[in-house]
Amino acid sequence: MLLETHNLTASYGQFRALFGVDIAVDTGECVAIIGANGAGKSTLMRSITGIIRNEPAMVLHWGEPIGARPSAEIMKRGIAMVPEGRRLFPSLSVEENLLIGGQARKGDGPWNLEAVYDLFPILRERRKNAGTALSGGQQQMVAIGRALMSNPELLLCDEISLGLAPVVIRDIYAALPKVRAGGTAIVVVEQDIGKALAVADRVYCMMEGRVTLVAKPADVTRQDIHAAYFGEAA
Amino acid sequence: MIWVDTLVQGILLGGLYALFAAGLSLVFGIMRLVNLAHGDLIVFAAYLVLMGVTLLGLSPWVAALIAMPLMFALGWLLQIGVLNRVLGKDILPPLLVTFGLSVALQNGLLEAFSADSRRIPAGALEGASLDLGIVTVGVMPLLTFISAIIVIVALNALFYHTALGRAFRATSDDAVTAGLMGIEPKRVFAMATGIAMVVVTIAALYLGMRANFDPSIGPARLIYAFEAVIIGGLGSLWGTLAGGVIIGVAQTFGAAVNPEWQILAGHIAFLAVMLLKPRGLFPRAVD
Repeated sequence: MLLETHNLTASYGQFRALFGVDIAVDTGECVAIIGANGAGKSTLMRSITGIIRNEPAMVLHWGEPIGARPSAEIMKRGIAMVPEGRRLFPSLSVEENLLIGGQARKGDGPWNLEAVYDLFPILRERRKNAGTALSGGQQQMVAIGRALMSNPELLLCDEISLGLAPVVIRDIYAALPKVRAGGTAIVVVEQDIGKALAVADRVYCMMEGRVTLVAKPADVTRQDIHAAYFGEAA
Repeated sequence: MIWVDTLVQGILLGGLYALFAAGLSLVFGIMRLVNLAHGDLIVFAAYLVLMGVTLLGLSPWVAALIAMPLMFALGWLLQIGVLNRVLGKDILPPLLVTFGLSVALQNGLLEAFSADSRRIPAGALEGASLDLGIVTVGVMPLLTFISAIIVIVALNALFYHTALGRAFRATSDDAVTAGLMGIEPKRVFAMATGIAMVVVTIAALYLGMRANFDPSIGPARLIYAFEAVIIGGLGSLWGTLAGGVIIGVAQTFGAAVNPEWQILAGHIAFLAVMLLKPRGLFPRAVD
């Protein structure tokens, strides 16, 4: 299995954010993680990418325990993240933001500067601009492109539609099939259930730090989701 | 035309202060660390060059070339072994640690080299001068100034046109996200301090060839460096050169009026800039 978490727990000081989360992602898959604010989705992403350190065996990459490894090492193993809030580097231009994504690791795959510009043509025009001078949607494109530059095995997308206009969200989600076609597995963390179900092979729903539902999008009803999302029958 | 001469001498003196300051500016720009031992590290490097000259019989330039990688290694180890452990949200621990380092360095140098004033012999260059028509300039001050320009051009090129420079800027912006890019902030910081120590060695070479030094003079050099960095705007390298020149010019004009006013005039220029432009002449957009 490309990536698994086993009984993953995480805390912020006294506050327990995750209570034994198990998820799995295999090569080429697209997995969605949905849940309300505070369900623990972002904490899960931060635990996988080493921003929050855990017990080694709580996160496995090809069976190897990586739960206690630092972010830089996890990235070099081929797990890239589009962080919540995009987090572009303000001192770097658009092109430099992209280049830095592929600086520490250049995996095998189709992604390079030109391929990212073909995926998001507007970025080619804006390449000399400061990353933070762009619109929210364009910044999100830079953040996705930056993560792709290392040709990752797995791309983690944390709330990539948050705060964006529907037409912009559509453009950004239209890029995900092309990412999969390049051989990269994807995890999308979403509050927008419709978007998540449309792209995912499998969906995990989280509530209060626990996984409350695992299913194929075709197999779940609105009632199932409602119950898993809010903890009550519809 | 005496004032033209004073102005030129001041600008050239500013080159020396910019050299003192460039390493400090680099480190502050990347990791928001104020290294209070910076002046003492310059003095340490000056003794290192002096040892190359007196013990091995090398020319000062060759001795400095040999001292550079040693100082780079010292900076790297200092960052990995000590400074990385205290860098964090609280700015006080690194200040205390570098202050302690300053005291330890001064006393270590005193023990090793005594309190006697020393000078790096520069041979014929010491008194050489160039007649430029309106003014006559010393070759040594001119070399110092040219070196300062070269150092700042080189640091800017490194900062803005290399992968390492991108990593420097990204880490300075957001160390957590830099980690997600596969960049290890602690290694980036170690590189930065190593490079700062190479610049310190260049500063030490000119300090030692132009004037006498002893183990106690580090903190005074730190003050000039600090003022140059702050006048220029924290983290701006060209600003640091401008800051050095402003202090240098103020000092030579102060000295022209009354020799006792040299040091005072530099500090007054610093305070005047702070009154008019509290964030320095070329502040960074995001701070």
